[in-house]
Amino acid sequence: MWGRSASFLLDKRLRDQHPSLSSPSSSSPDSTMDLNPNPNHGVSAYYQTRAEHHAIVSSDWLAQAQAAVDREDDTALTERPHASAAVSLSASKPFSVIDEFNYWRKKPDLAEAVAAIMALAAVIRSCEATTMMELEIELKKASDTLKSWDTTSISLSAGCDLFMRYVTRTSAVEYEDFHAAKLRLIERGEKFGEISMKARRTIAMLGQDFVFDGCTILVHGFSRVVLEVLKLAASNRKLFRIFCTEGRPDKTGLRLSKELAALGVPVKLLIDSAVAYAMDEVDMVFVGADGVVESGGIINMMGTYQTALVAHSMNKPVYVAAESYKFARLYPLDQKDLEPALHPIDFGVPIPSGVEVETSARDYTPPQYLTLLFTDLGVLTPSVVSDELIQLYL
Amino acid sequence: MDNRRPPRTVSDPKVRQVGFVTPGAAPPARYLSEAPTAAAASSPPSGDTGPPAISTSPVMIPPPRHSPSAPLAVPNPARRDSLQIQVGGYNAPEVLLESPPLTSPSSRMDDAVSQFSEDPAMSPCNGRSGAAKVASSFPGSSGEMMVMKAGIVGGGSNTPKSSWTTASVAKTRPGISEKERGAVVGMQNDGAGVSKTLKEKTTKAERRALQEAQRSAKAAAKESGAGVKLSAAPGGAVPANIKQGKVVKPPAQKKDGPQVANPSVSSEKKVVDRPPEKDRKKDVPPPRMQFDDIHRVEKAKRRAVVYQFEAKNRVELFRHLPQYIHGTQLPDLETKFFQLDPMHPSVYKVGLQYLSGNISGGNARCIAMLLAFREAIRDYSTPPEKALVRDLTAKISSYVSFLIECRPLSISMGNAIRFLKNRIAKLPDTMPESEVKSSLQSDIDRFINEKIVIADKVIIRHAVTKIRDGDVLLTYGLSCVVEMLLVYAHEVGKQFRVVIVDSRPKLEGQVLFHRLVAKGINCTYTHVNAISYIMHEVTLVFLGAASVLSNGTVYSRVGTACVAMVANAFRVPVLICCEAYKFHERVQLDSICSNELGDPDVISKVPGRKDLNHLDNRADIENLQLLNLTYDATPSDFVSMIITDYGMLPPSSVPVIVREYRRENLWI
Repeated sequence: MWGRSASFLLDKRLRDQHPSLSSPSSSSPDSTMDLNPNPNHGVSAYYQTRAEHHAIVSSDWLAQAQAAVDREDDTALTERPHASAAVSLSASKPFSVIDEFNYWRKKPDLAEAVAAIMALAAVIRSCEATTMMELEIELKKASDTLKSWDTTSISLSAGCDLFMRYVTRTSAVEYEDFHAAKLRLIERGEKFGEISMKARRTIAMLGQDFVFDGCTILVHGFSRVVLEVLKLAASNRKLFRIFCTEGRPDKTGLRLSKELAALGVPVKLLIDSAVAYAMDEVDMVFVGADGVVESGGIINMMGTYQTALVAHSMNKPVYVAAESYKFARLYPLDQKDLEPALHPIDFGVPIPSGVEVETSARDYTPPQYLTLLFTDLGVLTPSVVSDELIQLYL
Repeated sequence: MDNRRPPRTVSDPKVRQVGFVTPGAAPPARYLSEAPTAAAASSPPSGDTGPPAISTSPVMIPPPRHSPSAPLAVPNPARRDSLQIQVGGYNAPEVLLESPPLTSPSSRMDDAVSQFSEDPAMSPCNGRSGAAKVASSFPGSSGEMMVMKAGIVGGGSNTPKSSWTTASVAKTRPGISEKERGAVVGMQNDGAGVSKTLKEKTTKAERRALQEAQRSAKAAAKESGAGVKLSAAPGGAVPANIKQGKVVKPPAQKKDGPQVANPSVSSEKKVVDRPPEKDRKKDVPPPRMQFDDIHRVEKAKRRAVVYQFEAKNRVELFRHLPQYIHGTQLPDLETKFFQLDPMHPSVYKVGLQYLSGNISGGNARCIAMLLAFREAIRDYSTPPEKALVRDLTAKISSYVSFLIECRPLSISMGNAIRFLKNRIAKLPDTMPESEVKSSLQSDIDRFINEKIVIADKVIIRHAVTKIRDGDVLLTYGLSCVVEMLLVYAHEVGKQFRVVIVDSRPKLEGQVLFHRLVAKGINCTYTHVNAISYIMHEVTLVFLGAASVLSNGTVYSRVGTACVAMVANAFRVPVLICCEAYKFHERVQLDSICSNELGDPDVISKVPGRKDLNHLDNRADIENLQLLNLTYDATPSDFVSMIITDYGMLPPSSVPVIVREYRRENLWI
């Protein structure tokens, strides 16, 4: 990737100029071996979505706006279902999960897991199965397609797993009527969006108790849940100060600081390497999570691990705000034990040839460096995550 | 814990003794708060009477506000007077004994009288404990030295048999001149103080002994089953009571007594502490026997089918474990084959295989046992006028106790037995016998299949996802799951290398080594001595386990803890492969409480090395003890992940599995 061009911007432009580069991969989206069948090859779809949702006024954002004007993305999107329909066995069916998923994914307030569940609910609605078993098989196929579409997104796979789990649990119960069960499932899927919003509110209620007057909070990454917590704390007239890390390369800190400044909360921006420098003044660290894994550790934006390490060594609490649908049955042993989510970095200047760039977008923070997790299940210690997961999935 | 480790107490006998003799005294908060004041109080006499070496420690320098008054000799007589008056007035040695620890420098000067009048109310515990507190609260060796010196001073001036308590009291009383101190000591020694505390001690001991005797009688009655030996049990307990009394008394009189007496007291207590547990949960396996209890060992021997040679020169710390040498009495047992009426031949065969070591490993032993039980159930027929459920349970219990004689049960076997007994207990009364037998047999089959065979397959599927190309995997000893995993990973086409770490005396790793090399896997074989060298190149450690306990402790082949700790130090992830049926709700913190002793001869002899014969006549060397442990406990801190049939879990989730699945799944 970096061999071809120095920056994300150039990369994108290059691809726009040569659609042939991306089309071979997008023509066979159902081949599960392909890491990222979506056109922006090399960029994790998850981070693509994030970039779209958290629109940052930057070169990247401008480039995306340009791309949106070109409708390049849309052609790619329309192209994909066709290809998948052509290849998949059920060629007669015009419906595609990924299409549906992408539709929901576009909504800025919707988490990826919720979008996945919405898409799966749509699958139920459109499928012509007459028995629970058929429906289950259909769903399983759809969720596998979704998962393989973006293997890097933890919340996507967690959302799929969760919904599948719910369906199998429902089917275990003896329903007199298949249609009743089906309606129930659809209803459940529709409701999930609300549940996710409610989860965020619950977490905000729980988390704001930990914000005390006069405290300084370091926030790394942009998380809607963390923002919700801080918003609620600010609206409760708590006086606190936020340190925002810059959050390269997405510049998540800029976005967060903009939101917080609008609330009237004093914010200071730090570059990512100033975390240790500022930690003395910090009372607690707040982070969100892409996924919460079985060990109780979290997978989050690059830099969370080092922030947590610094905080741990200075005895500052690290709080994680995450909805329970982000709990995933994963158990990474170390940083390399993850599906890499690549995210090219814009260095502004061309990179000398022969120099490698680490493009991974996230890291794994082991549970011993986390203090508490704020979830809609309550305030948990990291070791409880496994407990909840076992109860959920076994 | 202390009292089971006499060698430890020897290292620091005086202070520990004082601390131990007073049971249940010394609330820690007071003890802590008093330590500095006592130290401070003891320093002033160092100026006029005591040895000057005491005040070298900065802790003992009195607070500055009292320092002007401390060197003054004038208040001392006054205090002495008041003291003597107080002694005469109260005539209560307890007060005397109690007061010094409470004497703070300020109160000593001004209101000694009021202080003394307060004391008895403030401190209900007896004088010995107070003194003991002082003695034990002195920091480190200087405190000990101080007590020693005081002892010499007191003893030299008055009586040779001055006790530690009085000596330390005399030491800590600041204002008294040496002579008077001697007098005080003498008075305490002769007077009511010692005798009273002594009396209290003996009554307490007697009370405890009585209680224990009653409990043991109860336990014995329970053990002897239908009350046949009920009459014998109290008879057996009475001597124990008498003996208890005898044993406990000396510590109060002779000061070198406790070391001898304490272990027996504590062991007695340990043993009889167990039966109530048994009452609470009626599950098998029965409470572990403590083999340092002579009576119960004797009783067990009388019942035993297997004649067990006792190992000589037992290791002090492990006396409570069965000390038998296995594998030497095979011919003896073989001759009994046809005499043993109640034992089913298949059970007998399995027992012999345990004894000879032909079957080892948690899974293999468990499967062999279950299959033997299955055969036994197939051939079972209810005797007339007996209920099937009860008779079969009793039968199984007798089989189990036979197997225990052959080799102590593993936790996996214990869980399997628990499962089987539960199945039997839950059988409906109305079910005909043939149906019962077939259902039990199918239950056993299902247990073996689901909990062991399929579980292993699931574990392998999970574990193989953690192996990446180019990995160097390390394993220790021989674990059947790990072996299956490595073979499977090789079949799947993963590129990896294996380091097999082994240790004497079992050298099970060689078996694994041969099997893996035969499959074409790239292997390195080394002994555990080289673990820190080899760990550099390792990327993952896979270990098996005999059991995983509730606190995440992994109970496994001895040496596993060492491997896990070294791996942890090198930041190499440690993955434990263990089937969920081996989980146990027990909590264990060390490898001492529950373990199994192997044949000590095995570690003294090195096969093929005739020249290493230094330990050949080891039985004659009295101060030589050989310890061949079988298991050890790995703390959960060193374990990254436990792979079970329920998925990959952190060690902290073991209790969740135990809680969630014990009830429903294990008992299917």
